[in-house]
Amino acid sequence: MPKDEFQKYRLVGTRPNRPDGLDKVTGRARYGADISAPGMLWGAVVRSPHAHAKIVKIDASKALALAGVKAVITRADFPDGLTGEPWNLQENTIAGERALYDGHAVAAVAATSRLLAEEAARLVEVTYEVLPHVTEVDEAIKPDAPVIRAGAADASVPEGMPPNVVRYMEFGHGDVEAGFAEADIVREGHYLTEATHQGYIEPHACLGQMGEDGKGEMWVTTQGQWYIRKMCADVLGMEVSQLRVTPSEIGGGFGGKTTIFMEPLSLALSKKAGGKPVKIVMSRSEVLRATGPTASASMDVKIGMKKDGTITAATANFRMQGGAFPGAPVDMALYCAFAAYKLPAVHHVGYDVLANRPRAAAYRAPGSPNGAFAVESLVDQMCLELGLDPIEVRLKNAVREGDKSSYGPKFGSIGLIETLEATKDHPNLQAPLGPNQGRGVAAGYWFNHGGETSVSMAISEDGTAQVSVGTPDVGGGRASIALMVAETLGIRYEDVRVNVVETGALGVNEPTHGSRATFASGKAAVEATRQAIGELCKRAAADWGIDPEAVEWVDGAAQPAGPNAGKFPPMSLAEIAGKMGSTGGPISGHHESVPEGVGASFGVHVVDVEVDPETGRTTILRYLVVQDAGTAIHPAYVEGQYQGGAVQGIGWALNEEYVYGKDGRLQNPIFLDYRVPVASDLPMIDTVIVEVPNPGHPYGVRGVGETGITPPLPAIANAIHRATGQRLRHLPMTPAKVLAAIKANGG
Amino acid sequence: MAVEVHLWSGLRRLTDGAEVVSVEAATVGEMLDALAIAHPGLKPIIDGGVSVAIDGELLTGGRHRAIAPGAEIYLMQRLKGG
Repeated sequence: MPKDEFQKYRLVGTRPNRPDGLDKVTGRARYGADISAPGMLWGAVVRSPHAHAKIVKIDASKALALAGVKAVITRADFPDGLTGEPWNLQENTIAGERALYDGHAVAAVAATSRLLAEEAARLVEVTYEVLPHVTEVDEAIKPDAPVIRAGAADASVPEGMPPNVVRYMEFGHGDVEAGFAEADIVREGHYLTEATHQGYIEPHACLGQMGEDGKGEMWVTTQGQWYIRKMCADVLGMEVSQLRVTPSEIGGGFGGKTTIFMEPLSLALSKKAGGKPVKIVMSRSEVLRATGPTASASMDVKIGMKKDGTITAATANFRMQGGAFPGAPVDMALYCAFAAYKLPAVHHVGYDVLANRPRAAAYRAPGSPNGAFAVESLVDQMCLELGLDPIEVRLKNAVREGDKSSYGPKFGSIGLIETLEATKDHPNLQAPLGPNQGRGVAAGYWFNHGGETSVSMAISEDGTAQVSVGTPDVGGGRASIALMVAETLGIRYEDVRVNVVETGALGVNEPTHGSRATFASGKAAVEATRQAIGELCKRAAADWGIDPEAVEWVDGAAQPAGPNAGKFPPMSLAEIAGKMGSTGGPISGHHESVPEGVGASFGVHVVDVEVDPETGRTTILRYLVVQDAGTAIHPAYVEGQYQGGAVQGIGWALNEEYVYGKDGRLQNPIFLDYRVPVASDLPMIDTVIVEVPNPGHPYGVRGVGETGITPPLPAIANAIHRATGQRLRHLPMTPAKVLAAIKANGG
Repeated sequence: MAVEVHLWSGLRRLTDGAEVVSVEAATVGEMLDALAIAHPGLKPIIDGGVSVAIDGELLTGGRHRAIAPGAEIYLMQRLKGG
């Protein structure tokens, strides 16, 4: 698409072809399961059929008797003595004394074919002593609940709390009781969200190889190859640098691929099988049973509001379970819950609770959608009661730069007001609504994360450039970074190739998480490019016999900085690069840092729904996402992030949930029963990119990947309320629940 | 230089009831170290990973970051993301 003539930049803000597009549409892209090696074995995992059970005995003799079975491993094959998070990782990788959830790995086998490995896994005989279990957060927090792990609480938990509470937090400001006394109405609500899975299309897959010499290699689908390296090294007792991890192309992660699951098993099996590489590809059922879903939540919110919509005080009490290990994102849920509102008084309390479920992993704005569901539902209910416009109420209470946030610190540059104003102006808000139709509005918030970042770039002999980044490309990182480097260097987008590299090629990089890749790797790539430009100017200066300080870089060429610097024609990048071998050698740039200047992002969603009063089915008629991107480097990818977040949120709101039976086993571990939205369920998701540039980034980038999943849960609940008169406070809002609510109220 | 650090109120029981504590520090790292010395109960919390907000900017690294006089400082749970 040609650039807008009013555009500030030459390339930033344009929509060139995607660098990975051809590979992906032709099937040439190599995902985790596409990697093979000579002499490769296949691994399969033996998983607990019980929610909570003591492992009495593991007998692998029948499996080992099968021809072609090369190794069987149990926890006994892993080092003892780990503590803290490394112990958590090891315990989740393979159970020790007890299986802690349905699907928990207890052993693994390696064999010469996948079928043989799966057959051998079935022949491993595990004797269990079944223990009492608990899977629901409101049950798990009771003082007499089955204890998942004694002594797991951290220092934040006061004495006397129930045994499954492992983290406790409390924060706020102002006098909430005085605030409630000042309000015209004070309302409370109890809200429940069920656990959902990230639902990435590509299941977890890896190929691991480890020899007796302690050196290992891994090819894996992941959001963070350095995290995989460190975590596997911790779990296996290896030296970190002896493991080399290469990321594959990634078919979705959404936070779920920022940690390890079966990766250490492949390395341990390889070592036991004499160093042969071992490939493990999870089935969808394994992905749902044993990899990170998000947490489920039970939440109470109370808000005081004046008749004009001014919020005077608010409180939140959230309880979240994140499986059998600490880490439910109750802290983030609370930080984000009231973030859109300037509150004179607010108080938050949160509990991280253990339960017999798989360990929660990060999922796109972890915790924020849960909190938004509770708060934005109650705000909307109060707007209805007072006859107020939901956007105007949000504008009245909206935070601006310099305001004290609900979680404490003052806000830096933010664009909530601009986002709300852009929402008001959108034609979707003028579309007429018919019978059984309703329009819902909600706001959402997510932070932006810097994180450890290392980037290198190098000039090639022909004047093109290659960039090495450590953040796997989950949503356009390569295209965006190529645009920023090309913009800075003054060359064509097509002349920059961005490669996501293995752990041996750069210093430590945190994963692509926290909406950070375009912000952090992009910022580092710009700094690395500026370093290379400094060297390019030096080479030109040497040719001209003038001071390097007298040379500037303009439109992809070195030129004298002014009339006093001398009269020389511009020396192009290609010209300098073509002779760099004889003028001092390679020209490159490198930058490493924990980038500061993060830019948070607010979003506002508006959804129109129609509810069938006969069946309770909700149809999405129109859906609008308005969000502040700071600067949209490649707007098509930004829109894709907005649309993807909205669609995942729609699934969470209407269909998706982990259903556990009384036996503690997951009842719906296949996509037939765990239903994510598909294209035919949805209208085109409309998007508006608001641009309030982030002053902490050279091109104004904010993190945009996560905010989009936050407003859909309450926006849809609010739309259903306006369509049916019924307020649903328990997700997902399935046809059965909606119909029951309509019938219960005489509909 | 004395700096005031806002804690989350759940930590009050580890700081003799104070939600805002004062320590001597010129950098983020010195501030975290001084907090752990002045209030040993905070050490496992800090060691477990925290974020620091300086004048509204969230930092997850940067122990060497200088703290300006009068800066607003908040100790927060370590930020994560998907």
